[in-house]
Amino acid sequence: MATMAERQTAPLTVTVSVTDARPKSAYWPFVVPAVAVVGSVIVFPWVFTVWMSMHEWTVGGARRFTGLSNYMRLGSDERFLTSVGHTLVYTLLAVVLPLIFGTLAALIFNSRLPFRGILRGVFVMPMMATPVAVALVWTMMFHPQLGVLNYLLSLVGIGPQAWVFSPSTVIPSLVLVETWQWTPLVMLIVLGGLAAIPTEPYESAAIDGATVFQRFRYITLPMIAPFLMVAVIIRTIDALKSFDIIYAITQGGPGTASETINLYLYSVAFAYYDVGYGSAIAVVFFAIVIALSLLMLHLRQRTKWIDVQG
Amino acid sequence: MNLRKATNSLGLLFVGLVLVSPAILFFLWMASLSLKFEVDNAAYPPILIPERFAWKNYTGVFESNRFGLFFLNSLIVTGAATGLALLIGVPAGYGIARMKATKAAVVVLIARMTPGLSYLIPLFLLFQWLGLMGTLVPQIIAHLVITVPIVIWIMIGYFETTPLELEEAAVIDGANRWHVFRHIALPIAKPGVTVAFILAVIFSWNNFVFGIVLAGRETRTLPVAVYNMLSFEQLSWGPLAASALIVTLPVLVLTIVAQRQIVAGLTAGAVKGG
Repeated sequence: MATMAERQTAPLTVTVSVTDARPKSAYWPFVVPAVAVVGSVIVFPWVFTVWMSMHEWTVGGARRFTGLSNYMRLGSDERFLTSVGHTLVYTLLAVVLPLIFGTLAALIFNSRLPFRGILRGVFVMPMMATPVAVALVWTMMFHPQLGVLNYLLSLVGIGPQAWVFSPSTVIPSLVLVETWQWTPLVMLIVLGGLAAIPTEPYESAAIDGATVFQRFRYITLPMIAPFLMVAVIIRTIDALKSFDIIYAITQGGPGTASETINLYLYSVAFAYYDVGYGSAIAVVFFAIVIALSLLMLHLRQRTKWIDVQG
Repeated sequence: MNLRKATNSLGLLFVGLVLVSPAILFFLWMASLSLKFEVDNAAYPPILIPERFAWKNYTGVFESNRFGLFFLNSLIVTGAATGLALLIGVPAGYGIARMKATKAAVVVLIARMTPGLSYLIPLFLLFQWLGLMGTLVPQIIAHLVITVPIVIWIMIGYFETTPLELEEAAVIDGANRWHVFRHIALPIAKPGVTVAFILAVIFSWNNFVFGIVLAGRETRTLPVAVYNMLSFEQLSWGPLAASALIVTLPVLVLTIVAQRQIVAGLTAGAVKGG
């Protein structure tokens, strides 16, 4: 009898829960306010920017449709092209360095560290601190005569550096700040990956007498590869967009030596008020961010694929 | 054996301290700069702990009535932008998770990728046209660009993992969607709301780029105010460092107090505004 009853009711509950009780349209009211807000403060600016980019338009001046001429102008704008170069160098360094230090830190945090919780809390502090406040203190530390960094270098016998005050060292110096601030994010992502690794491979490796390096190279690294890829994607996006630190410390200087696309975009749109041309830069900038992100996602698919094959 | 264990963990503790030293030394130096008189800040070799503390650097910041205004501005902008984002974003995260609308999540992701500055040109023109410049409204709306995606993104993740059985049972018993959300889904997802709240507050509080474009003399938030001090009072490091520390202190305290939630939120969504 009992089995009969179960057989009869089981399919019934399934149909109820799939069709009658949960029609998707019933959830629309929950989403509508967000759609309205996202539409007006996020999607509308995207569309409006594209439209503006096809006009000759300065704040307070007349507006004239010029088609793609703003985009043509970008191709011969030396200052823009230089800023693209700066952005790529800055991004490359600001992805690679936090990746290396963040992975190392994650390996250490994954071991049986005493006071792990407190240490992790302190380690994360730089990325949560207000960027402008941080930049201000770094500016003082970079000071060629009174800054503490040159003093520290003198202790180990290295001569004074010009840091952010020389065109040749300004980008690496800014990357130092960016690395200091964002290594914790890489650490957290990789730590998440390490926590997911099962212990069996290590046990069999220990039996086979694998060295520490071999264990890292052939077990840990392949296992955390997808997480490293996530870290690379997020770091790339953030480094491309980096603004606060560069603007607060150098404003793109000395001269235009640390002017990235974002900094140039700011000058064109809000110092020269050339919003038409500024919009064209914003569109190209956005395209670069999306293109690089897609490239990384593609690479990520491939790392997954290799994992499956291997 | 025990001795070996002890030396091992002592060694690890040392490694751990080396690991956090860039953070600790930086904030120590920041505190040191903020507590020194000009003479001590200009000394070579640099002094870490001065003989006399310059508390006047701090009292000076608090006594300036402008600081109170900027603090209030920051509080209003962050409070309103976070409050609105929770009001809008928590139900949206619920709806998206239950409708399994992954495409909607992509919009949030692209919003995360877009440089903050590129929202500003159209919004700037719009606010000018509406005559809102000179009030805090433009900044509150612009901060929604950061806070709303953070909240939606984290809440989708939380509601996807909360069990459906209870909700289904309530629906069959005749409860309407709103009641199910309000009395069953929301209480379970409370930790998620906390995480979303904390991260939205921090990234809104820290935001600088919207302020430098949209803020006028009376509507500056703290990060913008501190930046302006940098350009006008380049020579007095003590008061500058003091105000920088005051601006970032609430966030640092929050990071230590809510360490677990912040780590959970960041690893889940790896979100950051601006």
